[in-house]
Amino acid sequence: MTRENLAHFWRLYRRNYSAVAGLAILAAIIALAATAHFFFPDDPFKLAGRPMSPPATGGFLLGSDSLGRDVAAGIAHGAKTSLLIGLVATLVAVGFGALMGGLAGYYGGWIDDLLMRTTEMFQTIPSFVFAILLVAIMKPSIESIVIAIAVVSWPAVARLVRGEFLSLRNREFVQACHTLGMSDLRIMLGEILPNCLSPIIVTGSLMVATAILIESGLSFLGLGDPNIMSWGFLIGAGRTVLRSAWWVCTFPGLAILITVLAINLVGEGFNDALNPRLRERR
Amino acid sequence: MTGQLLEIRDLHVALPEGSERRYAVEQVDLELAPNEILCVVGESGSGKSLTARAVMGLLPAPHVKVEKGAIRFGQEDLTRVGDARLRQIRGSEISMIFQEPMTALNPVMTIGDQIDEVFRFHARMGRKERRQKATALLDDVHLPDPAQIIGAYPHELSGGQRQRAMIAMALALDPKILIADEPTTALDVTTQAQILKLIKELQAGHDTGVLFITHDFGVVADIADRVAVMQQGRVVEAGSADKVLNAPEHPYTRDLIAAVPSLVPRAARQRSAEPVLQVQGLTKVYRSGGGFFGLGGKERKVTAAKEVALELRRGETLGIVGESGSGKSTVARCIVRLNDADEGQILLHGSDLRPLGRAAMRPFRAKIQMVFQDPFASLNPRTRVGRIIAQGPLIQGQSPAAAQDRARELLEIVGLDARAFDRYPHEFSGGQRQRIGIARALALDPEVLVADEPVSALDVSIQAQILRLLDEIRDRLSLSMIFITHDLRVAAQVCDRIAVMRYGVVVETGSTGEIFRDPQDAYTKDLLAAVPGRHWLPARQDAIA
Amino acid sequence: MNHSVKRLRYVLKRLLQALPIVLAIVVVNFFLLHMAEGDAVDVLAGEAGSATPEYMAELRQKFGLDKPLPVQLAIYLKNVLSFDLGYSFRHEMPVSQLVLDRFVPTLLLMVSTILLAVGLGIVLGLIAAVGLNTWRDNLISVFALVTYATPLFWVGLMMIVVFSLNLGWFPTSGMENIAAFHTGWDRVWDIAHHLVLPTITLSLFYLALYTRLMRASMLEQAGMDYVTTARAKGVTERRIVFVHVLRNALLPVVTMAGVQVGALIGGSVIVESVFAWPGLGMLAFEALFARDLNLLLGIFLLSALLVVAVNLVVDIVYSLLDPRIEVS
Repeated sequence: MTRENLAHFWRLYRRNYSAVAGLAILAAIIALAATAHFFFPDDPFKLAGRPMSPPATGGFLLGSDSLGRDVAAGIAHGAKTSLLIGLVATLVAVGFGALMGGLAGYYGGWIDDLLMRTTEMFQTIPSFVFAILLVAIMKPSIESIVIAIAVVSWPAVARLVRGEFLSLRNREFVQACHTLGMSDLRIMLGEILPNCLSPIIVTGSLMVATAILIESGLSFLGLGDPNIMSWGFLIGAGRTVLRSAWWVCTFPGLAILITVLAINLVGEGFNDALNPRLRERR
Repeated sequence: MTGQLLEIRDLHVALPEGSERRYAVEQVDLELAPNEILCVVGESGSGKSLTARAVMGLLPAPHVKVEKGAIRFGQEDLTRVGDARLRQIRGSEISMIFQEPMTALNPVMTIGDQIDEVFRFHARMGRKERRQKATALLDDVHLPDPAQIIGAYPHELSGGQRQRAMIAMALALDPKILIADEPTTALDVTTQAQILKLIKELQAGHDTGVLFITHDFGVVADIADRVAVMQQGRVVEAGSADKVLNAPEHPYTRDLIAAVPSLVPRAARQRSAEPVLQVQGLTKVYRSGGGFFGLGGKERKVTAAKEVALELRRGETLGIVGESGSGKSTVARCIVRLNDADEGQILLHGSDLRPLGRAAMRPFRAKIQMVFQDPFASLNPRTRVGRIIAQGPLIQGQSPAAAQDRARELLEIVGLDARAFDRYPHEFSGGQRQRIGIARALALDPEVLVADEPVSALDVSIQAQILRLLDEIRDRLSLSMIFITHDLRVAAQVCDRIAVMRYGVVVETGSTGEIFRDPQDAYTKDLLAAVPGRHWLPARQDAIA
Repeated sequence: MNHSVKRLRYVLKRLLQALPIVLAIVVVNFFLLHMAEGDAVDVLAGEAGSATPEYMAELRQKFGLDKPLPVQLAIYLKNVLSFDLGYSFRHEMPVSQLVLDRFVPTLLLMVSTILLAVGLGIVLGLIAAVGLNTWRDNLISVFALVTYATPLFWVGLMMIVVFSLNLGWFPTSGMENIAAFHTGWDRVWDIAHHLVLPTITLSLFYLALYTRLMRASMLEQAGMDYVTTARAKGVTERRIVFVHVLRNALLPVVTMAGVQVGALIGGSVIVESVFAWPGLGMLAFEALFARDLNLLLGIFLLSALLVVAVNLVVDIVYSLLDPRIEVS
């Protein structure tokens, strides 16, 4: 994308105020994750003081949990985990999904049939249950979580990209390239792909949010990487003390809510800016 | 003036702020008498459709609205009456039919229920009586088996049948005015002729005033009593059909009429003896269903082309003419190897292209090039014009510098500014884009140019320019051309020879003059008889060829 | 052909198409079982505390685990067809028995959730679209936006904090008050009382989804040509919205309802474990902690079958709404 395109994109994006707000919040969360080691240099699993301290007491901004761990430190370090897993899992899913969907949409035939049956199967399998199974079988670790999320997420991308390739494949400008003798690879990468980047970007950005939700669900169920602090883990650990220490569950949950909301707003902003046709309806 | 059904006075329809012009419709005066067909004719963007919608109070709210003027209907001004009164008028006193009957009908409601609604809202009738009336209406518009069609859904009817059902709905309560917004544009020419006949028949039987919106002067010549010509939101000329069609006064009207291709074939040219392209026994079957797991239902087969034989000689233009579904585009696509034919030969200077693989085909690609129909879909929106044109030579191994020089040269040949080189397609109009598409096809110095409906998406004045350009380059570059079209007027002016196709079969081939003078096949005769305005000979200032 | 005959054929066709998918899921299941470290014999040996290698080899032979993979697959398929899903050593019960026992509570939760989420989502989306850009629309859109971003388990916990612990309106967990020995309508009432919080929790996310979808779908349909035709016929705006637009706008919502059933089951694992609702999800949670893979796979298989069944119902509903189905 050239500089002028980027400027144009920003002009369109800026018109959606909630998307700008989402971007600002997201930037703040990224900053929090990046500076976690600076503000909370200690291991977030470490006992930091009196257990079950309410917020703003005993040196804890957001209170401490039943083992005296600092909730605020957990949230800051957990931000890193959530964003990282969300981003990496999405990249893997988008990459693989786009590859499969692109091939199926472009070539059709048995590749397409196979892919469509596979994605149908994935639609039938309860994806979260599948993710649980995969992590349980592979043993919980950051890699297995990323793989599990990617495995249950790629079919959606594949379906989307397949649909785009299928419709663009028969568009006249693509046929013109065939009559010029262009190779399939160049047509796919140079002609079709640039024209379906917008929906891929929009879907991808929304998928980061879903991935974060899946990750938090997994670690809530105790399937998180035991060595890495995450928001879902904090909430799962706080469940047992729900009656006496509401803050242990509440603040990490708010962190997830705000992050996912911000990413969704950004995704919608992308959608509005990249699909000008839909913008008029607002 | 008294005795008029409808009087439009000084109508101004405002566009939203930031639009190209302030008014979509400006200072428009029109009147419609009982038992009269008034054709409002104009090119895209002339404001003709919005004028019609303003009468119905159906302007796309809230952005587009009547700013000034009056629309008098009886004692009332339709721009001022309340919503409830407007609803009363719509459907019972003024009704409307649209261009695309498929989308204009609710897909999940039966035809009977959709007609029934008109009675429900405007007449006091029992359920049984309404149903009887609806069946009678379907019979009036000559739909076969009305009792069955009344329970059918829109997708179960053909395009022509759908438009008949729309007409039945519009005329259900014997309205004083029928507004028809391009009602035959989406239909094939033989169906169009039937629908026009039906509208005329029903209108005469009920003394209905018809406001008929169209872009096609042939249609105007067939049905209009009076004509109003619109340009950029204004009525530039209005008068009796005879006067406007045969003695137009305004220069714009004259230009428009001059741009309508004549049905009298242009003078035949000397035919070369050297065949460039021969097609023999070309057959293409489309298969659907079946599928990998065999559960997609029964396999369906459609024979799109059956044993098609064509011969194209050096320097000539061969027209392939037919209605939608005739297989004409399939043949074109098989020839340029976008589709793989199942059987037959495609001989270019004697060598058969059909069995060639992708790599073997590449050197032949340069020899046969294609111009596409839709100027908006045929250029990659994310590629600069210069690159679009230079792409072909680059693929064929020319140096970037040579390819770019050639692209600039071609821009000039097709009549575009050299500055177009660095721009994106969306910055150009439809006609300009079509020129870019032609430049791209010419970049490889082809011998054969296959043009698939290259002007059917364009306004008539632009159409004439593109046809002239194609003629020029054919002579200048000694091209041989296959020209696919559904429009016999265009075919008459462009083609040396014509092949008529129907249901995948070539029913008749001959020189353009012969086909028009003395058609042999019954279908060709039908096709010629259905051409709108065939008895009207436009007074032309200059012939196209 | 008669419309209802076409519909029946369509439903039968969909049923046939579902079969290979179920088969594929069974095969995936089998391979997942094999991917896991250690087989049933290892688990069994672990349970027993000590087992000689000879005894383990003997056991493997007995279970057919020493045979080549395709043969094992065939055995597995045969077992699944006779609904033999293996044995849960934790619960000391056949998996099929366990899973069936827990099936009804999950079905109850799912059905109430789908009804609430789809029903209310349609109503809210309709209200938002009809009053486009009014306060009602804005309120509904913000509500949908926020609930769409909220993790289920957190909503559940917060519900417990507010409605059970602080207000005391609803029980915190379980499906019924077993100690009370309710019978007849009292028992129904008791279960319904327990059902409220889990249903609301599981519904919220999907409610947001369907609300947004319904709103967008209504707005899209409102711009269609047939709406202009209806207006040109003099039909009232009310009828246009409730008869013409609504029925067309429902189509994508119904489709999405079918697509989301799988995700709903995933959500029920979390919700059931939060509220200790004794369904398949809760069972899965327990199996997870006990590393009872056999049981987990049995649940996985049954939930997939459940999705297939619900999808079939959705297809039937869809075919009632859209007369064009036989074309596709």
